[in-house]
Amino acid sequence: MNAFRLPNGGRIDRTVPLRFRFDGRHYQGFQGDTLASALLANGVRLVGRSFKYHRPRGFLTADDSEPNGLAEIGIGARREPNIKMPECELADGLIASSQNRLGSLRHDLLAFNGLAAPILGAGFYYKTFMWPSSFWERLYEPVIRRAAGLGRAATAPDPDVYEKATLHCDALIIGCGPAGLAAAIDAVAAGARVLACERDFETGGSWLSHPDRAAELADLQHRAVALVDAGSLTILTRTHVLGAHDGGIYSAVEKIVSDGQGPSPRQRLLRIVAGRAILATGAREQPLVFRNNDRPGIMLAGAVRTYIDRFAVRPGTRAAIYTDQPDIALTVEALKRGGIDLACIVDARDAADPPVGADGVMVVRGCIADTRGGEQLKSVTVRGADGTSRRLDCDLLIMAGRSLPERSLYRAGPGGTAMVAVGGAAQSDGAAPDWPIDTIDAKAFVDFQNDVTAADIRAAANEGFSHPEHLKRYTTLGMATDQGRTSSANGLALLSKRAGRSQGTLQPTQARWPAVPVAIGALAGHHREAAFRPLRRTPTDQWAEQRGAAFTNTGLWRRASYFPRGSETGWLESAVREARAVREGVGFCDVSTLGKYELFGPDAGTLLDRVYANMFSSLAVGKARYGIMLREDGIAYDDGTTARLAEHHYVMTTSSAMAESVGRNLEYCRQILWPELDVVIVPVTEQWAQVAIAGPQSRALLQQIVDDPSSTAGDVFPHMSARNLTVLGGTEARLFRLSFSGEMAFELAVPGQQGNRLAAELEALGGTPYGLEALNILRLEKGHVTGAEIDGRNTAFDLGLGKMLSKKKDFIGRRMAERPALNESARPRLVGLRSLRPDVPMTAGAQLVVADDVGRPQGWVSSIAYSPAVADWIGIGLLEHGPERHGEELVAWNGLQGEKVAVVVVDPIFYDPAGERARG
Amino acid sequence: MRIDCPICGPRMLEEFFLYGDATRRRPDADAPIETWVDYVYLRDNPAGAHTEYWFHGVGCRTWLKIERDTVTHAIHSVSPAEGTAR
Repeated sequence: MNAFRLPNGGRIDRTVPLRFRFDGRHYQGFQGDTLASALLANGVRLVGRSFKYHRPRGFLTADDSEPNGLAEIGIGARREPNIKMPECELADGLIASSQNRLGSLRHDLLAFNGLAAPILGAGFYYKTFMWPSSFWERLYEPVIRRAAGLGRAATAPDPDVYEKATLHCDALIIGCGPAGLAAAIDAVAAGARVLACERDFETGGSWLSHPDRAAELADLQHRAVALVDAGSLTILTRTHVLGAHDGGIYSAVEKIVSDGQGPSPRQRLLRIVAGRAILATGAREQPLVFRNNDRPGIMLAGAVRTYIDRFAVRPGTRAAIYTDQPDIALTVEALKRGGIDLACIVDARDAADPPVGADGVMVVRGCIADTRGGEQLKSVTVRGADGTSRRLDCDLLIMAGRSLPERSLYRAGPGGTAMVAVGGAAQSDGAAPDWPIDTIDAKAFVDFQNDVTAADIRAAANEGFSHPEHLKRYTTLGMATDQGRTSSANGLALLSKRAGRSQGTLQPTQARWPAVPVAIGALAGHHREAAFRPLRRTPTDQWAEQRGAAFTNTGLWRRASYFPRGSETGWLESAVREARAVREGVGFCDVSTLGKYELFGPDAGTLLDRVYANMFSSLAVGKARYGIMLREDGIAYDDGTTARLAEHHYVMTTSSAMAESVGRNLEYCRQILWPELDVVIVPVTEQWAQVAIAGPQSRALLQQIVDDPSSTAGDVFPHMSARNLTVLGGTEARLFRLSFSGEMAFELAVPGQQGNRLAAELEALGGTPYGLEALNILRLEKGHVTGAEIDGRNTAFDLGLGKMLSKKKDFIGRRMAERPALNESARPRLVGLRSLRPDVPMTAGAQLVVADDVGRPQGWVSSIAYSPAVADWIGIGLLEHGPERHGEELVAWNGLQGEKVAVVVVDPIFYDPAGERARG
Repeated sequence: MRIDCPICGPRMLEEFFLYGDATRRRPDADAPIETWVDYVYLRDNPAGAHTEYWFHGVGCRTWLKIERDTVTHAIHSVSPAEGTAR
């Protein structure tokens, strides 16, 4: 085991062995390993297949810029795809699988894609799969998706728990390498509240693989830990900062447990409010582009140093270095410590002196022309500047290229972000590559993860896609999960050559949030299933639940849909019984979800006159009135009743759905349009439990709970009355005589916490509870409109309420509602509809067409219900010239289900058109 | 994004409701229909400085007038809107 593990050194703990599985085989690593370092220690170098051509790949990097070494971690519901193995902390029992292969990694059956490379080049989707178009969905896309891909997401619901938190600090340090740690310590000394985030499981950054700096790093870490212990510094490891947002807000995700491991919570999404941010994200080394530069065993120099010095792993036995840098001493020293032979240094630069650190090693000025090997690099072909060419056996080729600052968080953030860079992130981004950028080789890889080659970049430039953003979309350069960290800069260099532009003139593509892939679970946090959104219970919810009510969610609220009894078999049977009980006796229903606003002040009536289309200042004290509001564009907005309880005191109700919107608009009118009005608006929707008591026996039932029954007698409390009173022995209450059902009815409001008690009393005294389904039947039999009709398209005129628009005053929407086009009889207008096929309902939303002519619908069905009074299915809807077409037969056409129901147009009031029963 | 409500202090974006251009003035009732059409339908969409109405619905229910930059999202001033429309 661990044949490639060095006997000494590194930051792993050899006393804590960890067992893990990769592609079904068992391996062992140590505490402090990553999955990548543990695999290399076991001699596993072939770890993936490339995206498009299925070429064998090994680790290129030792960090989160890794394009090749991606794995599925975990099994079953915990399986997570596309985890970069070099940043996956090893844990005991970890199970990982390679991706994007058919069969095994060694014998990938899709590797023939490599032979098809000439047609799979840049833009091949756009060019090849053009015809016939129906083949795209049925053939091309499924095949391409199978062949070109990433890992598989789990198909079972995520069993883990995720959290969200908001943190506040004066300074956010992004990255805890030496620069970040030093900045954190300084910021604490300056008196700031400091939060430092490090994506790795250990602080130290590049110094973790820098033996000469071990003592300095230990000192920095020691000082930082002392500050943490003293409570003046917070350091979060395993925490990736995802983005910078407006107003000094940063997002980050903290991995609380390793990938694929329980228990919960697994990750925490952080919203960080920071006075300023210090970008200490370091620099990223870039590969060199040459023919077959993607074989397992070809690695970045920094990665080689990390595997040797941090993880005590030998990533190879015999190495060559290909460089365009003046100093490679660190890498040469690391190879010595790792016991790796250095066969040759290939210097791509046009320089007189060999690079620093090359003493005693063969240096060839020139380039790597090609490499050989299958699952593993075997040799490289070195071409000297003098034209000579030679083959050199080696199993490790080290690319020592330029380093570029990692500032994508800044580039993706909003303008004006208070962010400064320190350390590697602060270095110049002007370093140009010094390897031959004129390559056009179809096997010289630029983007390893998306298989974009130098030839693709030439093709894009030749075809006119020479802006970096166009190049990106045409070739997919930099679009993979590594976000182009090892490819975008080289792509720009090659593009500048092909497009004949100097490099500085090409701006990198726009960086975007999030900086690294994030599990959907982390974004959702605890907002899932029952906690997806708050459950808003009505004041009678507890009683209804005990009663066995069937509930439905409408808008923000959970409401009782119907109250099943004994042998009843479905909602319709229960709802019809409840509706009959209202028509024949008495029923009661929770209507607390209606929006409620109290208006106080001498100008309350004037404000109401301006927000409602009809008049309210003339309403007598102790009376209620139905009102309709328009939007300023003249379209109907909301309806409801408003009562005047005292000279300077009104109570307004709104529809349940519009409660918040209407309240906001009332305040807009008061604060902005007419601040001179002396009126105060108080939202009281949740303060009152309001119950409708409806039916011929409603007064008899009500008088059993009202403390002074005479106050509700028919002569002193007629239809549309309102008053304060007490019920149930001293409970303050408001009583309105309003009817939504067409029967004599009352709405009784008591303080919210009395709702359950009130409902229980009403039922005990013989009232029949009814739910939303029966409510809908009763209102439809009366042709009352709701949100299905006041839907943002219809005017008061369309809804048959045009006469309510006052001519005597200005009000919101008055001027625009006068426009002739909003008052034409040809507009879709409210009608009633009856099914002509017994017992067959039409569908709400069905289009109204003449006979079978579905070409031009003339209206639509807005609401339907089974009517016990009519003994058939009825509906209301909007129909062109509607009121003029009573008696006409039409078809309600539901194209989604291919369903056609013959209907007849009737008056929208199906029951008691004279309204005698409500006045009782 | 955070807004420094003059009543409640700095609060997160989700507490607020954006209504838009705060420079419009509701026309008189008998103004020409063209003036009303402008008021109801036409909006400037400036890249840069913009004055907007925001409602602190999950806080003090105050309508605010906010000067901010639609390009950088920087907020320059926040004040109660009451009485500023005239």
